[in-house]
Amino acid sequence: MIEEISKPDIPVGKWIKCQNCKEILYRDDVRANLGVCTNCGSYFRLSSRRRLEQIVDENTFEEFDLHIESKNPLDMPEYISKIEGLRNKTKLKEAVKCGIGKISNEKAVICIMDSNFFMGSMGYVVGEYITYSIEQAVEKELPIVIFAVSGGARMQEGIISLMQMAKTSNAVNKLNEAGNLYISVLTDPTYGGVTASFATLADVTLAEPGALIGFAGKRVIEQTINQKLPENFQTAEFQFEHGFVDKIVERKDLKDTISKIIKLSKGDYNG
Amino acid sequence: MDKNNAWSKVEIARQKDRPTSLDYIENIFDDFLELHGDRDFAEDGAIVCGIGTLNNRNYTIIAQQKGRDTKENIKRNFGMPNPESYKKAIRFMQQSEKFNRPIITFIDTKGAYPGIEAEERGQGYAIAKSIETMCNVKVPTLSFVIGEGSSGGALAIGVADKVIMLENAIYSILSPEGYASILWKDANKKVEAAEKMKLTSNDLYDLKVIDKILKEPNGNAKSDVLKMSETIKNEIIEQMKELYKLNKEELIKKRYEKYRVIGGEE
Repeated sequence: MIEEISKPDIPVGKWIKCQNCKEILYRDDVRANLGVCTNCGSYFRLSSRRRLEQIVDENTFEEFDLHIESKNPLDMPEYISKIEGLRNKTKLKEAVKCGIGKISNEKAVICIMDSNFFMGSMGYVVGEYITYSIEQAVEKELPIVIFAVSGGARMQEGIISLMQMAKTSNAVNKLNEAGNLYISVLTDPTYGGVTASFATLADVTLAEPGALIGFAGKRVIEQTINQKLPENFQTAEFQFEHGFVDKIVERKDLKDTISKIIKLSKGDYNG
Repeated sequence: MDKNNAWSKVEIARQKDRPTSLDYIENIFDDFLELHGDRDFAEDGAIVCGIGTLNNRNYTIIAQQKGRDTKENIKRNFGMPNPESYKKAIRFMQQSEKFNRPIITFIDTKGAYPGIEAEERGQGYAIAKSIETMCNVKVPTLSFVIGEGSSGGALAIGVADKVIMLENAIYSILSPEGYASILWKDANKKVEAAEKMKLTSNDLYDLKVIDKILKEPNGNAKSDVLKMSETIKNEIIEQMKELYKLNKEELIKKRYEKYRVIGGEE
């Protein structure tokens, strides 16, 4: 389900190259432009830290820390060392950052996945954070906003990763019964077991322009059907056209759009 | 465990003459009536839905169906569902709740079909919705993994109160070929992948992903389909005795907790 798509987050160093227009750009300019190419307008992937800066009001974010580890269910020694390596390199605990914060003064539970950590894939820890976050939204009567970016279920945890799809989807049921708003923001790329579980079960589904979103990876489909895929296949625009996305929102407008949806969602009929 | 034990299970689970869902359904249930269509776009034959009776109790049956010959394989899309199959399954889950009919599912698929049209019609969303619906359906649910259970395409109809596997069935995040291709960029390492993936019934029982293993007659279900059917039938009767003791609220709460803890603390 996971497909390697080389389109890195803004790397360290003064200069970066846009993968779309190949222009060499000054890193600070791109960062000031919200991680959007100053030449052609295509999107760089954002780390969860940058996304947090762009979306959440300053000094309002309180991160959840569950102190949990993957049980390494397939007993792969290289998996644990890879996790440790990624933790050192990215300073992230795992592929999702979750907590409570304010978005234009609207308090919400916020989960931000991060493609720099195992391609944002979902194993036990990610599934647990997402589920815990949804349960917190129910308990604290808050809306929840999840930014998805993921290659899908994490292969290294095998069937346990697959079971996270059940766990997270079931948590959405709790949210729906309690009447809490859920906004899902699909960003590049969102695939596999994340698309086929919590990420597409929101009340309102937004997507960033050009983001690749799908269930099966392009390579798998090409190999199965032996034909070339249409030009805009699995883009946010393709998903919008087929009715799976409420709105494609430019990065600069995301914060406003999210807070507006939170403000607009509550009705007052109590008959 | 013997070397290549997992791969030998993969081979048995995929045998062309391994009994399929309909072979069991016809033996287990009286008056099985297949009903069709997702009410939205099409009838997809990879998942069979219908109603049937066992010991004077009506059941909803939702089953992935591989073809038993080339003609049927074309009709069934080799047991690889398109979104319409999942939408049909959802329709039957909802109907089960309306009529208080317990649900029995049979899992046997290489995975959801990866195609252009499947993506255009929301394969990921259809699977997500099916999982969400099955998690919360307020009737007892029982899933049998009878052959291959691969990826979200299998899980979509496998989130049950009790998940039971036939001895030689396999259940995994992806096919061993796909797994090897993603992890090691080499689909030829399928045997190695199978050994690592913990996809056998014994492995999954130890991981608490499944609740019970059913022995196959003479070590292979195809040697005696009637006997295998009888075993599944008795299992349904026994499991329902226990599940019927729970009210709807208890049922849903237990199901939530079951999936809440898989992979976590003991």
